[in-house]
Amino acid sequence: MRLARISKVVGVALTAALALTACGGSGDDAASSTDRPIVVDGTEPQNPLIPTSTNEVGGGAVVDLLFSGLVSYDAEGVSQNEMAESIETEDAQNYTITLAEGKTFTNGEPVTAQSFVDSWNYGAAAKNAQLASYFFESIEGYAEVSAEGSDVEEMSGLTVVDELTFTVALNQPESDWPLRLGYSAFSPLPEVAFEDFEAFGENPIGNGPYKFAAEGAWEHNQQIELVPNEDYDGPQAAQNAGVTFKMYQNGSTAYQDLISDNLDVLKTVPTSDVQNFKNDLGDRWLESPYAGNQTISIPYYLENWDGEDGKLRRQAISMAIDREEITTVIFNNGRTPATEFTAPVLEGYDDSLPGSENLEFNPERAVELWEEAEAIEPYDESEPLTIAYNADAGDHRTWVEAVVNGLKNNLDIEVSGLPFSTFAELRTNATDKTLTGAIRTGWQADYPSLYNFLGPIHATGAGSNDSVYANEEFDNALSEGLAADSVEAGNEAMNKAQEMLLEDLPSIPLWYQVAQGGWSQNVDNVEFGWNGVPLYNAITTK
Amino acid sequence: MTWYIIRRVLQLIPVFIGATLLVYFLVFSLPGDPTAAICGERGCTPGVEAALREQYNLDQPFWVQYFLFLKGVLTFDLGVNFAGREISTIIAEVFPTTARLAIMALVFEAVFGILFGLIAGLRKGKIFDSTVLVVSLVVIAVPIFVLGFLMQFLVGVKLGWASPTVSGAAPFSELILPAVVLGLVSFAYVLRLTRTSIIENVNADYVRTATAKGLSRRRVVTVHILRNSMIPVITFLGADLGTLMGGAIVTEGIFNVNGVGNTLYRAVLNGEAPVVVAIVTVLILIFVIANLVVDLLYAWLDPRIRYA
Repeated sequence: MRLARISKVVGVALTAALALTACGGSGDDAASSTDRPIVVDGTEPQNPLIPTSTNEVGGGAVVDLLFSGLVSYDAEGVSQNEMAESIETEDAQNYTITLAEGKTFTNGEPVTAQSFVDSWNYGAAAKNAQLASYFFESIEGYAEVSAEGSDVEEMSGLTVVDELTFTVALNQPESDWPLRLGYSAFSPLPEVAFEDFEAFGENPIGNGPYKFAAEGAWEHNQQIELVPNEDYDGPQAAQNAGVTFKMYQNGSTAYQDLISDNLDVLKTVPTSDVQNFKNDLGDRWLESPYAGNQTISIPYYLENWDGEDGKLRRQAISMAIDREEITTVIFNNGRTPATEFTAPVLEGYDDSLPGSENLEFNPERAVELWEEAEAIEPYDESEPLTIAYNADAGDHRTWVEAVVNGLKNNLDIEVSGLPFSTFAELRTNATDKTLTGAIRTGWQADYPSLYNFLGPIHATGAGSNDSVYANEEFDNALSEGLAADSVEAGNEAMNKAQEMLLEDLPSIPLWYQVAQGGWSQNVDNVEFGWNGVPLYNAITTK
Repeated sequence: MTWYIIRRVLQLIPVFIGATLLVYFLVFSLPGDPTAAICGERGCTPGVEAALREQYNLDQPFWVQYFLFLKGVLTFDLGVNFAGREISTIIAEVFPTTARLAIMALVFEAVFGILFGLIAGLRKGKIFDSTVLVVSLVVIAVPIFVLGFLMQFLVGVKLGWASPTVSGAAPFSELILPAVVLGLVSFAYVLRLTRTSIIENVNADYVRTATAKGLSRRRVVTVHILRNSMIPVITFLGADLGTLMGGAIVTEGIFNVNGVGNTLYRAVLNGEAPVVVAIVTVLILIFVIANLVVDLLYAWLDPRIRYA
């Protein structure tokens, strides 16, 4: 009898707990009116919100809305003028840039030639430790400002002519240089930034389609609230009442918020929900190819993979990977098999370059090639092939294991995945050239150009040349492409350079990226750009 | 008693130095260069890398880095993380949220764990007891992320009773669901501990004496049996507070709580030694204080225990 009373107490407590929990859920129901900001998923920016110190997607998405450079890219990746009135050159090496009149920062300060020159000089100088410094490498005088320990603050190639005009001299002719100017690192900065960068990075003042809702709109690890910038008149004008980036620690959590309409746009469906998002979301999802790819790079400093026999082995490996099967089964068509080294959304992409048969699944030929290599120099079995990846982010394990199994079955060699616990550890091994096997690599375009997928990765001595590929002929082909007087001629030369890569395979292209995103019942007009980022300004509320 | 407390507090000093040194060294010896994490997929130019190293003292040997950190602590300047944010601000941001979450979880596991354990212990072998034992076994056996995602999906998405994620301000009402998930496993342990302890004490001599004296059943249960059964449970709860605060990484991740666990996790991945050490130090303080409180509670629960 007495115990029955205790049970009753438990019952009351449980009911109370459930009632309290129920109260917690009703917060967002009132949020479907048309003048509310759209809520999109983001990750905490890892650096202050300054264009030249932003080198990752979390901060990049925000900086792109806050700042406008000389040009921006439309959905297809075509340049359109923002601050620029014209960008002119006769020799692809010396450029005269004229700004449009009447453009201002949100604090009323006019956007002038000086704003650009100061910002670029700041971004390039080594002493400012700006992560995107290398974007300015083509400008004359970059070598001096970027040298280790250098105190030089200004690049000699930049000259202010008048209030709205400045000239840029490059180290060598580069016909695709104007294409790069849409990348956020090339944005102008207002004078106030140079007074106190720390404070500026917390509450940035820009000239883009959006601005901070208020001082302190960046609530760290929680959200960043942006509202339209009324003074902005350009091609990316806001069609909504604001964009709020809600920070998520993992994709599955964001997905739960999306299907319960607490989140309006999710730009990447997490791997765990790739199999069911089309069912969950009805017609509120899209698959949109973008300028990114996945590759594995095998360093030339490994004995087995150098020389003529190494080249044959690389081809054998490439032909032993069933790209079609992996993209269908593991990614549920969230990737498409690669046929060259760039990406299909780019102008100049060609899916049937000579040598692209090296990227087709052909296990019989693969075995033959392997045996040919054995005849030249036997494979040193004490150093079996590994594929290194980082296990802390990105979910690489699944596809690496699939590739490993394919190689084991089709070539009958010893291969294994090699997980590193952190990204830093993986990268340190790559930079120090201490890798013991292949490494997972890949590239997301900074600007829509074939060169962006070739130069920074495969040119001799380039920053991301993890396989330490050095081929003078290839370097010359790139230079020739850059110096070409038209984009078409340039692309043709780039594709000639690609043919060498398809033969040598310093890295083995696997597949192209496809953005898989979804949206809630409260928004419309969701479209993704050429770089896989939603066109936030075009999204409307219902 | 006062002397006892002073002595215990003084013990904090060697604990602090030892723990920070050890943790700093562990993060320092993590493989991988922290600048590689800052520079990301594309890497930096050598000039930028050198400037970063200098900015964060990464070019200094271990002892110099550690003493710079110690000096910072003593002058109340913990420095900045790799994103240029004050570490003290970060701590002030995340600790209140996690403390709220942990205390709610602790209250949940203590109240329900002791209650269910008491009933089960008193009704040993009956249907309630067996049910509770099986259920708690299941709870202990199922990994926390399964429970978390399951509860999030059922309560948050399907039933819509609670928001599936916690917003920035982390109000009490939104933390109930994550707190229940966080406290669930410990709840099962508290329940089982209480039950065992009660069963042991139910047949003790002093209980028979109390009943023979003619005390009401209620008084016998609450004052004599329960109070004497609490020592192992309190010990567990005291240690659990620290675990809940530092070990909520999984739960915080599932419900998107901006708390200690995730901040710590990110700092470890980035190799941000000062952040890791600062957070761990606060956690150590919480552990030590919780332990002191538990020790003092022993004396209150069992007057035979005295400190001098």
